[in-house]
Amino acid sequence: MRHTITVLVENKFGVLARISSLFSARGFNIESLSVGETIDPTISRMTLVTSGDDQIIEQVIKQLRRLIDVIKVSDLSDMEYVEREMVLLKVSADSQNRAEILRICDIFRGKIIDVSPKTLTLEVTGVQDKISAMIGLLKPMGIIEIARTGKVAMSRAKK
Amino acid sequence: MKKSGAKIFVDTLIEHGVDTIFGFPGGAVLPIYDQLYQSPVRHILTRHEQGAIHAADGYARVTGKAGICIATSGPGATNLVTGLANAFMDSVPLIAFSGQVPTSMIGNDSFQEADIYGITIPVTKYNYLVKDVNNLRRVLDEAFHIARTGRPGPVLIDIPKDVQIKETEFWEGKEIDLPPNHRADDLDIQKQIKRAAEAIRNAKRPVLYVGGGAIISGASEPLKKLAEKASIPVTTTLMGKGSFPETHPLSLGMLGMHGTKYANYAVTEADLLIAIGARFDDRVTGDIKRFAPNAGIIHIDIDPAEISKIIKVDIPMVGDANDILSALCKMLESKRHPEWLDKIAEWKRDYPLSYDKSGNEIKPQYVVEKIYEVTKGDAIIATEVGQNQMWAAQYYLLDRPRSFVSSGGLGTMGFGFPASIGAKVGCPDRVVFDIAGDGSFQMTIQELATAVQDGINVKIAILNNGYLGMVRQWQEIFFGRRYSSTCLGKSPDFVAIAKGYGAEGIRVTKPEDVEPAIKQALQTDKPVVIDFCVSPEENVFPMVPPGEAIDKMLDQGSGK
Repeated sequence: MRHTITVLVENKFGVLARISSLFSARGFNIESLSVGETIDPTISRMTLVTSGDDQIIEQVIKQLRRLIDVIKVSDLSDMEYVEREMVLLKVSADSQNRAEILRICDIFRGKIIDVSPKTLTLEVTGVQDKISAMIGLLKPMGIIEIARTGKVAMSRAKK
Repeated sequence: MKKSGAKIFVDTLIEHGVDTIFGFPGGAVLPIYDQLYQSPVRHILTRHEQGAIHAADGYARVTGKAGICIATSGPGATNLVTGLANAFMDSVPLIAFSGQVPTSMIGNDSFQEADIYGITIPVTKYNYLVKDVNNLRRVLDEAFHIARTGRPGPVLIDIPKDVQIKETEFWEGKEIDLPPNHRADDLDIQKQIKRAAEAIRNAKRPVLYVGGGAIISGASEPLKKLAEKASIPVTTTLMGKGSFPETHPLSLGMLGMHGTKYANYAVTEADLLIAIGARFDDRVTGDIKRFAPNAGIIHIDIDPAEISKIIKVDIPMVGDANDILSALCKMLESKRHPEWLDKIAEWKRDYPLSYDKSGNEIKPQYVVEKIYEVTKGDAIIATEVGQNQMWAAQYYLLDRPRSFVSSGGLGTMGFGFPASIGAKVGCPDRVVFDIAGDGSFQMTIQELATAVQDGINVKIAILNNGYLGMVRQWQEIFFGRRYSSTCLGKSPDFVAIAKGYGAEGIRVTKPEDVEPAIKQALQTDKPVVIDFCVSPEENVFPMVPPGEAIDKMLDQGSGK
């Protein structure tokens, strides 16, 4: 099963190497990983998506907690959470399909952020399923380049 | 007042109670060596950096203090890698220092540069590259804390040469500020102890399965109390050897691949297995599905990640084994298991450890038995890896902890001899024997020079069979006796080598000369190498074939 795990870590040199080294050494897989500073610049927050059975996920979390630089590990899959991913897409656009691309972009509440005579570049944010659906629709037009941020996520506030 | 990085290094080590370091100098650590020249710290010059780190490891295992070693940049540092991996697998507190090229030259492929920080991430508990002399003191203090607390482990600190030279005012120790340890999470330990006590009360066939964690935690006393009070037989892993007296009637000796039959039978029949500071290694469990198949499992470990890593645990207890066992002991009342203990006594009678004593050859097991007798079971035993290690574990019974120095997890050939040097330095008043094979000993034989130069009076018993014996044994049993590259041919003259280095050498070819040779070695005030020419194709039995259940053991005569 797929799990979304957030990790608060010390924001210092080598931490990313430690985490990726842990995953490769123990044969865990990382489907996506995104890192950024928190309000406290000495602390970074990582969101990582991994998959495995319960026993493997338990080990992933425990092994992460063993690392000296790791402050907090939470498995969001145990709770209600919100998630977003952003993608940039450069799509080939000729006079025939340009309108269609704009329409798809609109449906997915995307933005056009660059235009050239033969291409359109789109920015879209959403949950991963939404982004995958949009990529599926744009594929026949010819996607020239794609850049995805990987998922970021946080737990929902208690109501 | 300002101090240089090198001065801070030496002063901080002294503040942390370090009196001995093992090392090998080079260009990138010259400023540190210059400070050591006039310091009260004893520096033991090994002949290879691997020797230095294994010696520091042996020192740490017998003393419980952090072992310290130092090497130069590049090849010096990379030569530490095996030793770090070794200490990491066996949870040994160790701090290794490496010199590094000056900060301005890092990344330029400079002379003797290696990215030792990057290389050692997976084999250390933590590591540092100190780029600013102002951070050096903090890093040193943190390293001692990290290496020694929780589940101990090795820490590497890479110090560029210019950081050793630069001066700073920030050399005084401060409170350590590390993220808090992620311990017991949501486990209520008191509640778990109650549950464990209840399980022990209800058990009819309990077994204690004790690993190296019990030794690290110093839990021998509450362990003995618990075993005696609740009448529970005890089996130990290789790393746990000596945590519980092996001459005690409740001792089952070692379990696992080359464990005793009675230990393996007891675990297989048990209805409750109490694991203490042990990690269900494959060499212990064999086929995991058939390991302790009828038992509920209690697991005490300081590392939460070990709980349910290999086998589902029913009652986990995360914390220090000493504390938990003491608390557990108080909650239990005396209990007897006459039927269970009778059953075990029967197994002990029917399936004792044994070997073929006929013939005129020296049996390696006999050598270990004689070393045991002559040293009255009170020596520190270091081992190499392979058959020598297993025979030492089977036949040298230990009654106290921190006396068995052996590479358990990594299985590092060449570890035992330098580790025995470190052990002797740590415990100068005890007899230290390295039980070696002719293969392993040749991997770090150059450390004879270290032992001789520093007057470190260790005894090396080579069980010389002319083979890489354990690999040959597997080839014999599983590969139709096709001895591919395991025959070492005509042995070098170990006696001449020992004498060449300035040590003493004795060759023994007859069983009746074994005991006199051991006595002579003990009376010699020098390192002594005894070359025991033993039966070349003797095998270690019992043996659980890899992947088999541990109660399915091969015995003498099988496989041939």
